[in-house]
Amino acid sequence: MPTPVEIIQAWRERLARAEGAAYCDALQEAAGDRVLCGALQEVMPELAHVWQRRIDRRRLLQLLGASLAMSGAAGCSRAPREKLVPYTAMPEGLVPGIPQTWATALSRGGSYAHGVLVKTHMGRPIKVEGNPRHPASRGASDAFSQAAPLELFDPERSRACTRRGAIVSSSAVLRALAAVRDRWSARAGRGLAVLTGSTSSPTLQRQVHALKSQLPEARWYVHEPIDRSSVIEGAALAFGRPAEPIYDFTRARVVVALDADFLDAMPGHLSYARAFADARRALDRHDSVNRLYAAQSTATLVGARADHRLSVKATQVNGLARRLAVLLGVIDDGTSSHDQEHERWLRLAAADLQAHQGEALVLCGDHQPAAVHVLVHAINEKLGNFGRTIRLIDPVADASRSNGDLRALCARMAGGAVDALFMLDVNPVYSAQADLPFAELLSRVPFALHSGLYQDETAGASEWHVPAQHAFETWSDVRAFDGSASIVQPVIAPLYPGWSLPQWLALIMKGEPGDAMGIVRGTWRALWAPARDRDFERRWHESLASGVVDKSQSASLTTALDRNWQAHVQRSVPSEGLELRFTADASVWDGRYANSAWLQELPRPLTSLTWGNALLISSALARELRVVNGDHVSVEHAGHELTAPVWIMPTDYPRHTLTLALGYGRTRAGEIGTDVGVSAYRLRTSAAPWLGTNVKVRAVEGHSALAAVQLHHEMHGRDLARQMTLDGFTAGARASHSEGNRLPSLYPEIDRHGRYAWGMTIDLNACIGCGVCTIACQAENNIPAVGKAQVLLGREMHWIRVDSNRVGDRGEETVFQPVPCMQCERAPCEYVCPVEASVHDSEGLNVQVYNRCIGTRDCSQNCPYKVRRFNWLDYNGYEREQPLAAPAAVMNPDVTVRSRGVMEKCTYCVQRISRARIQSKIEERTIREEEVIPACAAACPSHAIVFGDLLQSDQEIHRWRGSARHYVLLEELGTRPRTTYLAALRNSKPLDDETLKS
Amino acid sequence: MSAERVSVLKPGETYASATDQISALVLTEPTRRTWVLFFVTSAALAVVYLYAITAVFAIGVGLMGINIPVAWGWPLVNVVWWIGIGHAGTLISAILLLLRQPWRTSINRFAEAMTIFAAGIAGMFPFIHLGRPWYFYFLLPYPNTMTLWPQWRSPLVWDFFAISTYILVSILFWYQGLIPDLATLRDRARTRRTQLIYGFLALGWRGSIRHWRRYETVYLLLAGLATPLVVSVHSVISLDFAVTIVPGYHSTIFPPYFVAGALLSGFCMVITIAVPLRRAFRLEPYITERHFDVMAKVMLSAGMVVIYSYAVELFTAWYSGDPFERGMLVNRALGPHATLFWIMLAVNAGVLQLLWLKRVRTSIPMLFTLAIVINTAMWIERYVIVITSTQRDYMPSAWGTVSETHYDWALLLGSLGLFFFLMCLFIRFLPVISIHEVRELIHEQEEQRS
Amino acid sequence: MSGRPPLGLLARFTSAEQIVAAAKLVAAQDYRAVDAFSPFPLPELSEALRASAAGVKWCVLIGALVGALGGYLMQWYTAVHAYAFDVGGRPLHSWPAFIIVTFELAVLGGALAGFFGMLALNGLPRLNHPVFAANGFQLASRNQFFLLIESRDRKFDPKRTRELLDSLGAAEIVEVESE
Repeated sequence: MPTPVEIIQAWRERLARAEGAAYCDALQEAAGDRVLCGALQEVMPELAHVWQRRIDRRRLLQLLGASLAMSGAAGCSRAPREKLVPYTAMPEGLVPGIPQTWATALSRGGSYAHGVLVKTHMGRPIKVEGNPRHPASRGASDAFSQAAPLELFDPERSRACTRRGAIVSSSAVLRALAAVRDRWSARAGRGLAVLTGSTSSPTLQRQVHALKSQLPEARWYVHEPIDRSSVIEGAALAFGRPAEPIYDFTRARVVVALDADFLDAMPGHLSYARAFADARRALDRHDSVNRLYAAQSTATLVGARADHRLSVKATQVNGLARRLAVLLGVIDDGTSSHDQEHERWLRLAAADLQAHQGEALVLCGDHQPAAVHVLVHAINEKLGNFGRTIRLIDPVADASRSNGDLRALCARMAGGAVDALFMLDVNPVYSAQADLPFAELLSRVPFALHSGLYQDETAGASEWHVPAQHAFETWSDVRAFDGSASIVQPVIAPLYPGWSLPQWLALIMKGEPGDAMGIVRGTWRALWAPARDRDFERRWHESLASGVVDKSQSASLTTALDRNWQAHVQRSVPSEGLELRFTADASVWDGRYANSAWLQELPRPLTSLTWGNALLISSALARELRVVNGDHVSVEHAGHELTAPVWIMPTDYPRHTLTLALGYGRTRAGEIGTDVGVSAYRLRTSAAPWLGTNVKVRAVEGHSALAAVQLHHEMHGRDLARQMTLDGFTAGARASHSEGNRLPSLYPEIDRHGRYAWGMTIDLNACIGCGVCTIACQAENNIPAVGKAQVLLGREMHWIRVDSNRVGDRGEETVFQPVPCMQCERAPCEYVCPVEASVHDSEGLNVQVYNRCIGTRDCSQNCPYKVRRFNWLDYNGYEREQPLAAPAAVMNPDVTVRSRGVMEKCTYCVQRISRARIQSKIEERTIREEEVIPACAAACPSHAIVFGDLLQSDQEIHRWRGSARHYVLLEELGTRPRTTYLAALRNSKPLDDETLKS
Repeated sequence: MSAERVSVLKPGETYASATDQISALVLTEPTRRTWVLFFVTSAALAVVYLYAITAVFAIGVGLMGINIPVAWGWPLVNVVWWIGIGHAGTLISAILLLLRQPWRTSINRFAEAMTIFAAGIAGMFPFIHLGRPWYFYFLLPYPNTMTLWPQWRSPLVWDFFAISTYILVSILFWYQGLIPDLATLRDRARTRRTQLIYGFLALGWRGSIRHWRRYETVYLLLAGLATPLVVSVHSVISLDFAVTIVPGYHSTIFPPYFVAGALLSGFCMVITIAVPLRRAFRLEPYITERHFDVMAKVMLSAGMVVIYSYAVELFTAWYSGDPFERGMLVNRALGPHATLFWIMLAVNAGVLQLLWLKRVRTSIPMLFTLAIVINTAMWIERYVIVITSTQRDYMPSAWGTVSETHYDWALLLGSLGLFFFLMCLFIRFLPVISIHEVRELIHEQEEQRS
Repeated sequence: MSGRPPLGLLARFTSAEQIVAAAKLVAAQDYRAVDAFSPFPLPELSEALRASAAGVKWCVLIGALVGALGGYLMQWYTAVHAYAFDVGGRPLHSWPAFIIVTFELAVLGGALAGFFGMLALNGLPRLNHPVFAANGFQLASRNQFFLLIESRDRKFDPKRTRELLDSLGAAEIVEVESE
């Protein structure tokens, strides 16, 4: 047993010998070597703390100090020889301070991408916008892509290869890999299993194909917690071949959504939302407005926007579909075993569908069983909607080559037939269904390797872990909901070692990763089969530049209903007792985004909950259980039990349904995401992944405070978020009380002599309440996340909040209202500020001068809209370390990072205005409409926000403000807001008895 | 008239006896145990105060129970309360002087001291409340290279000027009153040190009749200036709220309402101090039952104005028919802090009525308890005004409430500690009763007799 | 004892009535350089000696005016010229809002001028004065009253003046050294 000093001495000699890459390897090994660390802690206890803690700038310096203490003392061993290239010549096209934009694609969850434009500042990706040329984005983006830059720079990302938690060099991984490769390649791949998420990447599909032909015995399994299998299966049953339906809402006058949240949950939701909103834009009273019937088994955005809503159990949806089919004469059986409300809703819908054949649309949710999809396909077929409002394409994420899902893998592992398992960009240890003993089986696999962005649960349970590369760091390709492909190109050099998915498959097949770009180019060279090399290069560059591969949309399948489709229709009876719905979470999806403070703090639609999930229950059930918000209940389903806090939903929430969002209760997500909420996976079974029936729930001891940002959804008779009936609108009613005239004022009218007069108008009829504007604003304006405790105190910092207001007689209808700063012309916040920190500029902006603000907060007190936010504490980590403070790298250099004690608020993205102003001055012209788009408006999927110059009468905002739906929030206060609203519309079908009888 | 004049002093007092007894309190009196007790406890609380301030400055105002929408918390409540307490002193010293009320003589000195300490403490809270207190001087109109100036339309700037003027004028007024007494102490002092200190502070006052002439004139003029000032100060404070558009703040009754409230709580504090002082230093000859009776009457009248203001506020809120004003009403009566609202009404509108009874007005213990109870209720009143109003204003979606933290408590109790700490020092080192005015009073009495 | 003539004669009286009477007589004999010291203000006495307070009144008035004018002009200049900003669409010269600070500064100006004017006109602070040296003078701040006739008075004659004071019933007459 050598003494610590001897151990260190040995290492010193070894380091002294090593050079260049070998030196680095040696250092890495040293860092991972338990014995050495132990010895070091004995000899240099003052450095002990350096090992445990997470690495930031200060820690890094400490580590440098430590390594100096080692190598420095080791007789001044020479530093590794490396070539340094001075930054004399600027990279082409890079002008300091001018951001560059790159087109690439991001996918929510694994597959189904939407094109994005990544704005990089001096090489740092800081902001993501939707790619207007991409069919799945049309310029909009979702919350996850808005948070992508934060994820890229997350200091808690996995930074090094590890073996059983100890850091090892990547060459060590390669050595180990080579060893196992010999074993399986000798046996045609027997014992080799690759587990990935579902993927739409042509390259990956090609590689999997190659892998299988090279190693026929190798297995490829797909584990996607949130997948579309029943959609594809339903199509398969109906048409005899797997397919995915895609919808065209612009043509649909009547939409019947059977538990289908096409605004949020479905692939293509961004473009669907836009199309749906456009189909009911109705600025003029003669414009046509579609009508939406929605049956929902939980609170959904579609339900909130529906003209006719019906709240049912998930298991009743099949019944609804059958009844609808009967009413439309698709099938015939005598059942009309529905209660009055259902029947009325169905008859109204049926009548409307009848009347709009070919321009109607019936759809059902991805989580509904295949049988329901079959019925819906039949109904659409009958109404002649195929080819008009709906078309079928080949499944985008083709899993036909896979050997099944996690269940299949577990079976094989249990059989001991897996001795090398690669888990690439998946986290099965966390997200495995409750009935699969995956973690336990994994421990028996001889060679288990995990590659992921984080040192997550699976990394902890596997012997080997290799950091994955972020979508911004690597080459790949991916397809959208309609099949159109995009090439994923890196916008920054990889921050940490690791390999991308294509490289992994190359590694498994060939033994070396190769270069990702080459692999991807290979795929497309094969797909395009270009005559000349030049053609390929041209298309390649076009695709990279535009962010979408030209003409890559999947062709519509022309298939008729299978002859015996009716055989697959089931006569399922609705379940007794309570049902438990599992939903994808709006902020963490299936759990993979859990470590993002921005996403965690983004209020979930409808509930406005932040930092965690809760079991959503109806108020009726709450009364039965005698629980209030936050009280703990124990949920028991299929032998699995889980304790969760409850959140009580408003009246229209289905009485017998519980809802629990997936993705929480992470145990190794990182400092931010760990132990937030409860894990729904512990109740989820592979038999019924989306719905638990006969669920038992009982109140138990315990309470946890739930951080909701909006505590009052009723408006107490105050006319804030307005809604008109379509009939009234077409009859010429106006939303504004002042009939568009300005209310009188004691103050003289002032002319601000500005060259522009900026204004914003928000269409409550288009807003779907998804909240992307909020996080887009956060990403653009360096808004800090403050954490659950502060949110509970009412100190969230979002500059634009999305209120969900209950309207209607029984408060059963919802109107979403985004509320940014109103930029009042007669701003009440300004005259109370003692130091002129809140003043007006010549273009009508109500500006906040951070340097001047001393934090009296009188402005916020006097703001009737309460849109101002205050830095109560040092949220940005100026003074002391803040775990939630975003790393400096992700900050937008055009926006001041606010210090403790100053007030802040929406600025209409003034930095974008001034950038455009500078450009326009250079070119000696006025700013064009499309030049200034605030982050919220740019990200909005449904184009609910329009921004423009009120002095240029040709701008869209003027058409909006001319509408009879236009009104001013709290106009009677005489604040003269520059931000105004368009009232929402309800297009409910007039009740006539014929429709009910027929 | 004459009977009344006599009754403010016990008969048989002479220039000499008054002079000797009062100056003895400072010069020869041994330190009492009660004083030490008070001194130590209040000093301890004052330390807590300093700790809380340091923490809030170092870490941030987030330590206190404030948020959006309730961005103004306990510090603002304390400002209004403390300033109000200050007002009684000025009223006694200035207004009663102009009204030639002889009974003020024996209490005006410590009432003025109370004013200065209270106003000083009140003046600190706005800075504690600031998000960036180290930039407080942005409020000052000082020439600077960037030619930045305050925003004169802001009530907070008015505050800044009103409060600082108030503190300065009160100090002048108090100090001028002290000069002849400091001279008296100088002449009575036995040790070299005290002689030097008091001699220095007395500025060489020698009681020249020509000096007295100017002295008297300026004293009256200062009183004349202080009178509108004291009314203006709390009116300006009330404008912090009244000029906003927040339901519950935006009300024209506020200036008189606040001034009356100020007098009420101020006189409560005078009584709270006078009772133990009188007992501890045997000042019964100078502070008689009649003083308490008169002060109780002032409390009662101020209280009635306050009650009237409540009524007007509630009525207009209801009568306006404005949903937001009515909402404010409902929120106060039934909202998260309803209990406080009802306590406020019960005490300030109910218990106060006991003062109609002579028995209560003349019974020192009852008056003492009443004073403390009502003063607490007055603090609660300010809480109801400042905090419950923005809690639920225009947009229900933005509604939210706050709960206080232990820093809020530390700052409130600590400020009380600081106040009594300063009071203790004052009692020990300065004449608590204006000696020369007592002599003058005795002289007047003799003239009455002859 | 320096050779210089004394400051004057200081007569102690035991009651206010006495000294008032005495002062009247002394004034009647048109002594001018006369001063009196008492433990509290005696209006009759100051009348007798024709003490005037006109100066301090002017101080207060001017101080108040300067405060008011300066205050308003400062606000007007800074808000309209030096730092003209569009604040909530309010007029630059929002005079109603300027009144309050104007008022406060008027009070402040008046008070400061009054207090310091009083000190200045009284020649204070002056920590030492010959009368302090006079025997028993510290009783002037207790219960005794003093009348001082200065030697610079042209009617002053050490002998006759002393007799006069005697005749007025002075309890004690001392000579005050000059400084």
